[in-house]
This record gives sequence, C-alpha cells and structure tokens, in this order.
Amino acid sequence: MSTIASLRIGEMGYISEESLDVIPLKLLEMGCLPGAEVRLVQIAPLKDPLYICVNGSHLAIRKETAAQIKILKVNL
Amino acid sequence: MFKNNIKVALIGNPNTGKTSLFNQLTGLTQKVGNYPGVTVDKKEGTCRLSATQNAIITDLPGTYSINPTSVDESIVLKTLLKKDIKESPDVILVVADVENLKRNLLLFSQIKDLEIPTVLAINMVDQMSRKGISIDLTALKEELNTEVVLISARKNRGIDAVKDAIIKCHIAAKASPMCDNKKIDPAYFDQLKAINPNYSLYELWLMVTQKNFPEGISKEEKEQLLSFNKDVSKLRRYQHKETIYRYQEINKVLKKTYIVDKSKATDVRSKLDKIFTHKIFGYFIFLLVLLLIFQAIFDWSSLPMDLIDTTFAQLSDFARSNLPAGVLSDLIVEGIIPGIGGVIIFIPQIAILFLFIAVLEETGYMSRVVFLMDKIMRRFGMNGKSVIPLISGTACAIPAIMATRTISSWKERLITILVVPFTTCSARLPVYAILISLIIPETKIFGFYNLQAFTLLMLYALGFVTAILAAYILQKTLKTESNSFFVVEMPNYKLPSVKNVLFDVLEKTKAFVLGAGKIILALSVVLWFLASNGPESYKDAKKNTISKAENSNVSPDELLQKIASAKLENSYIGIMGKSIAPVIKPLGYDWKIGIALITSFAAREVFVGTLATIYSVGSDDENTTTIKEKMRSEVNPATGEKIFNFPAGMSLLVFYAFAMQCMATLAIVKRETKTWKWPLIQLFGMTGLAYVCSLIVFQILK
Repeated sequence: MSTIASLRIGEMGYISEESLDVIPLKLLEMGCLPGAEVRLVQIAPLKDPLYICVNGSHLAIRKETAAQIKILKVNL
Repeated sequence: MFKNNIKVALIGNPNTGKTSLFNQLTGLTQKVGNYPGVTVDKKEGTCRLSATQNAIITDLPGTYSINPTSVDESIVLKTLLKKDIKESPDVILVVADVENLKRNLLLFSQIKDLEIPTVLAINMVDQMSRKGISIDLTALKEELNTEVVLISARKNRGIDAVKDAIIKCHIAAKASPMCDNKKIDPAYFDQLKAINPNYSLYELWLMVTQKNFPEGISKEEKEQLLSFNKDVSKLRRYQHKETIYRYQEINKVLKKTYIVDKSKATDVRSKLDKIFTHKIFGYFIFLLVLLLIFQAIFDWSSLPMDLIDTTFAQLSDFARSNLPAGVLSDLIVEGIIPGIGGVIIFIPQIAILFLFIAVLEETGYMSRVVFLMDKIMRRFGMNGKSVIPLISGTACAIPAIMATRTISSWKERLITILVVPFTTCSARLPVYAILISLIIPETKIFGFYNLQAFTLLMLYALGFVTAILAAYILQKTLKTESNSFFVVEMPNYKLPSVKNVLFDVLEKTKAFVLGAGKIILALSVVLWFLASNGPESYKDAKKNTISKAENSNVSPDELLQKIASAKLENSYIGIMGKSIAPVIKPLGYDWKIGIALITSFAAREVFVGTLATIYSVGSDDENTTTIKEKMRSEVNPATGEKIFNFPAGMSLLVFYAFAMQCMATLAIVKRETKTWKWPLIQLFGMTGLAYVCSLIVFQILK
C-alpha cells in the first residue's frame, strides 16, 4: 500500500482510515485526518522532510512519519 | 471609575496575526513578565475597551492545540487550567486565520469546552474576496454560540468590534461547550466527570491526558484521575477519536457558514516556494541572507558601539571629577558605570540580529530555512529549528538559548542549547581583534585578502565547526530519549509589518538587557571589589611603588599608573591570578593573563579592559593602540621572550574560542534545563576542551 512518502511531487491521495492509530496526535490536530486529501507539494533537496498540503494546512513532516501514514492514491 | 479590569487571554495558532492583534489592542502598554513558577516570558498589556472598562490582555504563545508538545505550548495549558481568581482569564480571545478556519477552529473548540466565555476573532478578512472566501457571520455566531468578529489586525480594522465583543461576552458569561466527549464513551466519561463536578468534563480530561493538576484538585481526586491514565493505549485512542469528532463538528458548522471558491485562489506561494526551497538556489539564497546578516551586524553596529563606548568613558570621567572621593564613588566610577556600559555596548548588535530574525520569521521565510536545513541538522542530533539559535548565537548565546523553546524534541533542544555557546558571540570579538592585531601580520594573502580578516573568519568557522562536531558527539553519547516528532507549518508568504518587527526587537532586546544585564552588572561589581581590595600587601602597594628606586625619575602620570598596576597585582584578584599561574603556564600565559581570564567570566570582552589596567595604561578608552604597544612589548622576566608572541597569542585565541566564560549564559542554561547538571557540563567540558587545545597549540608552535 502506498504512503505519503511514496507520493511524487504534485500527486494526491486520501489518508486511509487504518492510519488513525499511527498518526501522531499533533498531526491529527493540524488537520492530517483519515479521509483527508493530501498532496505532496515539495521534497526538501536532501529527500527529507516532505512538504505536504492536507486539509488546507501546509506542513513539513519528516519522511519517517510520512512513511507510516497510508494513503489511497488518486490517479489523475 | 473603572470597574475591575477584565482579564483576557489571547490565544491562536501560529501565523494567524495574533501578535498584530495584540499590538493593536495594547500598543505601548506591553510589558514582559514571568509566569509564576515557570520561566517563560509572559507578555501583558492594557487595553481600553470602553469609557468605563479596561482589560488586561495576556498574549499566550501560539499553539495548534491545547495538548502541548513544546515548552512554549505547555504555558497555554497551564494558564487555562488555573482556577484561582487572580490568574485565570475571564474571557478568552481566540484569533483565527480566515484561510485556515477549519484547523483554527480545532483550538477554538477545545477552548470552548473549558467553559470559559470565548470570543472568536477571524483575522485577515481583507483577503477574503481575493481568496474566494465568504462567511455567513450571523449563522456562524449562532452555530458556535458565541461572539464572532471579522477583523484585519494589520489594517487596524475591526479592532473596536473585538473590544465590544469582549465586553458583551464578559457580561453574558455564556460558557457552553462545543463538543461533548461523552459521545465517545458515555460510561467512561460519566465516571470521569463524577470525580469533581466543579470542573468541566474537558478540564478533567486534560488533567488526565496531560497529568497537569490545578491546585483545587485534592490528593484523592488526583489519584482517581491518575487511575484513568493507566490504560495508555485507550487514552491515546480516545484522544484520536476526540480529534476526529471535533473535526466532524467543525465541518458541520463550516458547511453551513463558510464557502470557498477555489478557482479564485492565486498561487504566489508555490512560485516562491520553488525558488526558496530549490536544491541550489534555496541554499544559495540562504547563504546570501546569512552573509547579509553578518555584514549588517558588523557594519551597522560599529558606529553606535563606538558612540556608547566613548559616552560611558566620558560618563565615568565626569562622575570621577564630580563625585566626592571615597569607596562609594569608586564603586560607581569603576564598578557600576563600566558594568552598565558593558551591557549597553551589545545592544546594537543584538538589536540588528533580532531585526533580521523578526523579518525572516514575519515573511514566512524562516520556515523554509527550517525545511531546507532539517536533514542536515538531524545528522548532528539537532533539528531544522536549531538553525535560528545557531545564527542568534553569533550575537549572544542568551537569546539564542531562549530561541530553542520551539523545538519540541527534548534531546534535539538540549543538544542545541549545549553547543550554541561555541558559536562566536559578539563578546569574543574585541578579544579576537586585539590578539589578531598583535600576532598576525597585516599582509595580504592570494594578493588581495587581508590575512587578519581571514584569521577572524577562520575563528568564526572554528566556532561553527566545533558546535556541529560537539552536537555530533552529544548525539552519540546522550542517553535522553525523546518521542516527540517534527512538524513545521509552512505559512503563506507575506510582507513583514513594521510595527510587529519593531515591537519584537524592542521586547527581545529589553529581555536581554534585563536578564543578562543583571548578571553582567553584578559580576562587574564583584570583580571591582576583588580588584580594589586586598590583604596587607595591597595597602602597602602605593608606598612600596613610590619608594622603589627605579621610580624616582618617572613622571607623576606614569607613577600613578604604576601604583594602579601594583595595587592590582596585590589585590584579591591579583592573588587569584597568581595562584592559577602554574596551571596556565603550559599554555603560555603569565599571572596577568590569568587575572584577565578570571575577569572574563563577567563578559569575555572584559579581557581587554583588565589587561589595560594591569599593563597600567590610563583607563581612557582612546588608548587601544597603547594597550597594544604595551602588550607587544611585555616580556617574560624569566626567559626574556615576549609574552604575546605568536604561540601564546594563538593559544589564547583558541582558549577564547572554546572556553565557557560567561556566567550569564550558564545561568540561562540552568533556567532552561531546570538543573545545574547541564551548565556544569558546559563549564567543565568546554573549558577543559579549551585548556587541552590551547596546550597543544602552544606546545606545537613554541
């Protein structure tokens, strides 16, 4: 299954329901909810952190966190 | 007559313009104090709400949620859970960004559930039409069951409406919760609520999840609450469920009241992001910004610093000639005035640095730097956010250490605190300057680059490299576990507000002067006492100097200087310098340098002034060249060699680069880490490193 970390720049996905337990509380509170649409905006030059847009929030998170959050990829 | 002031707590997500609103409401009445028991700065100001009503507004640190993940954020929880009449707010003013209303309402919903009257101020509404947003204000007020105002804090619009809303909300005292956790698990939360009905369910829930108990909670109740804490995974699950439930409620509200027409969104952000986070341009621009900052710190500050220097010298002279002779006058002229001057002299550099940092943060650029640097910094056990403290450290370690508070991982924060003092702060500069001019010839390398300037640059590089290496070693050796993770919001780019930037610079500079200044001043007075008092031999110094045969032909001025020098030699501090002489001899230093090393604990730059006194130069400040001449001609009586030769000079430079010689920094580290363990590790670790490296340098070059 794909995760946020497997997205390419500009790609989108929906956070899967089963990720609820692995998403840190703080990230949930910032809008990174199961079911929410997430888009990878930019990857830092050294491949980490990732710059994502989820639920209207623009956030930078580390790859290790992103790799735990499963998503359903949207094929454009 | 004013009725009792309404106590208002100002809360909001970072980057919502909370500071702008605070500045508009309180203006110049702001002051920074401390929270009782905790040491994070508390910003307060008075606001005139109406002809008969004032409010005291407390600006709480920006946070995304009541559940804290950093020191800054924990203040919000602590303030809001307090039940005593003096501290708890009457009304909470939540600031939200119109563009990010959904996320901002999460914090609002948590606050609302504390059952304290709450006003919602939706900020930046001047950009609504541009971003295709429309809000049904009446419906929103109804849905949220509270006062809601649309404002544009930067443009000073809607501020009066905020004031009215505070009064209305205070009078109505409407304090109904927005969400009801009972929906998650009725039995569980009924049991929780039964523990103490005086608190709202959400307050009790926060006490359980955050293990933070207000004074009103009895020991028995505390134990009951803690019993809820045993099943951690259940607790976690319920916290997650709660957050989802909150967002569901918020979505319901926004569906009826908030419309975004996405086709209208413009995309300045992504264009700028492409440049600022580009793998080449991104770092290149950051490097340019850094060079600009350093250039400004040196160039712009030299004029005001010279001015401050001469002013305080004149003030000392003026005081000396106008005060009656005596111990008190000596204290003022030789202890207090130079002590204050020693603090004020740093203000230009520190203010300029804060100016740049404030601008970079206001524009949103700093988050991009954090994004660019996180991976690199992480290799050394730090965090993208450590970049800001490391830059600040080039002016002064004290504000730099305070800037680490936003780092939520304790280990990364601790490492940053521990290595920041290695960066070359402005107090080292005068020491470097005089030593470099003594031992490095003024030749050009590569045909154009001044060798002295190059040496200075190398010393800066040495500081940075050592900080990074020390961080790497600490990362491998520190056993501290920390589980918090990294998330940074990438805010919209915007032009900095002049008012916000100026207030920020003013506030931080004031905090430096009052915080570090106190310690530097106190130490200067102690050092003055140690230098102007001594055992029997001190009292005889004057007589002995005059009666020396070699002094019979010198001019009166020169004689006075020799007396001063002899007095210092026999004072307590002179004795201290002599007693450490055997220890520092292998580094190439004599007892006179020993004295200067000791006095450097007030502030490193005192080194120059101390040597001036010891080498009996008149204390007027135009005499740098004379100090230099004296230092140059100083000879070791045993060997006949010059004291400040190349090996000893290099050894001293290395010593000042590494040694922990700043009491004020140690005090701040103690404050921020809440134990003496870390400042002591810094003191002995850094000074030990300095000793060993200086020893090696001197022994090799000798």
